[in-house]
Amino acid sequence: MKYIDEYRDRELVLELIEQIKKASTKNITLMEVCGGHTMSIQKFGIPALLPENINLISGPGCPVCVSSRKYIDQAVAYARLDDVIITTYGDLIRIPGSTSSLDQEKANGADVRIVYSVLDALKIAEENKDKKVVFLGIGFETTAPSSAVGVLNAHKMGLENFFLFSSHKIMPPAMAALIDEGVQIDGYIAPGHVSTITGAGIYKDVAEIYKLGCVISGFEPVDLLRSILMLVRQLEKNEPKVEIEYTRVVKPEGNVKAQQMLEEVFVLEDDWWRGLGILPKSGMKIRDKYKQFDAEAMIEVEVEKTKEDKGCICGEILKGQKNPKDCKLFGKVCSPSDPVGACMVSHEGACNAHYRFNRN
Amino acid sequence: MCLSIPAKVESINEEMATVSVGGTEYEASLQMVDDVKVGDYVLLHTGFAIQKISEEEAIETLKVYEEFDDFNKKLDEEEKESGQRIV
Ligand code: SF4
Repeated sequence: MKYIDEYRDRELVLELIEQIKKASTKNITLMEVCGGHTMSIQKFGIPALLPENINLISGPGCPVCVSSRKYIDQAVAYARLDDVIITTYGDLIRIPGSTSSLDQEKANGADVRIVYSVLDALKIAEENKDKKVVFLGIGFETTAPSSAVGVLNAHKMGLENFFLFSSHKIMPPAMAALIDEGVQIDGYIAPGHVSTITGAGIYKDVAEIYKLGCVISGFEPVDLLRSILMLVRQLEKNEPKVEIEYTRVVKPEGNVKAQQMLEEVFVLEDDWWRGLGILPKSGMKIRDKYKQFDAEAMIEVEVEKTKEDKGCICGEILKGQKNPKDCKLFGKVCSPSDPVGACMVSHEGACNAHYRFNRN
Repeated sequence: MCLSIPAKVESINEEMATVSVGGTEYEASLQMVDDVKVGDYVLLHTGFAIQKISEEEAIETLKVYEEFDDFNKKLDEEEKESGQRIV
């Protein structure tokens, strides 16, 4: 397929590995903070291709994994209401809450529908005027604009029964918090699709204040290896900066139209991240102007008390301090068919990616 | 969910387009992008085209060999000038 196959070219990959080996003299650890990168890196076996002095670790890049269990519990509580239809991306459906999951609620008769796009949720709202349609908005800057369009379109269409339950988060506060916490890394493989929306400017502080290089990378092997090479060059020269590898998609200024939509609909508030705790101004809350579409403000529910899992170390894995294989439950008690934590359910989760591509 | 794929724009009807990903067709909203034409490639994410893909930049990215050649030449020069082995 165009724009995919040519970036998997074997010759190019080999050439890049050669160049990385030649250019790299220091022991370095690079972190990727995008679930898509976690998947690609495992799928293409990138760690095994690299010289031993380059270590790759995963950060908090899986939106489902960093979200609180309370979010799932509250979604489950909405699902239990007779007049509510839950619409959600497939990723969320099997995430375990404290005592239930959306999947279980669906089996028990709740109206839970997997949609591909928020536009499908709007359609469902139009066709079911007697029901409240709650759309579960989860994800970083890549996905948040579609939720914003959902709200803006609902407003335009005069829909009174569409509600967004937002758990949208932004990436830079987490990237800074990790370093503040003392996680030892030498550079970031920065998220390609988050940056498609935001542009390169959001990493300026990480490069200038924290002196860590950020290379915005695509998702194919050639992209990832090129990004690693770019970071290696920065490190060898001691010149941390923000660079874009994924230039065919990411413009330095990002997608301004999408940014304006985000700004119109959301305001930043403090938000909780698994592994990192509460980070200032890291979550996207619906502005008062669009309050009528805010599920949290408009639909009252009682949410059960949150129970966290014992033994699951997702939090430390999301911080890059532990590996899925350090978890005693990994592959034994916890697997994709019977997951304990969110990191094993979501395809973008580190545990899931390790299990699928890297079990031996 | 964060996954996005390159898709070719097959037809446009106001704010909606039909796009194809390796032969499979999808509906995509064009609400987030400007100036998209039939034949363009866009990045498709949760039913939205979130950016136009630049053909020029795509070709540029694949010029890995040339880039290395230039890089190595530059390094050689720097090493000669400074009398130090850089990498
Ligand atoms: S293997 Fe399962 S229990 Fe262990 S950290 Fe990962 S998701 Fe949690």
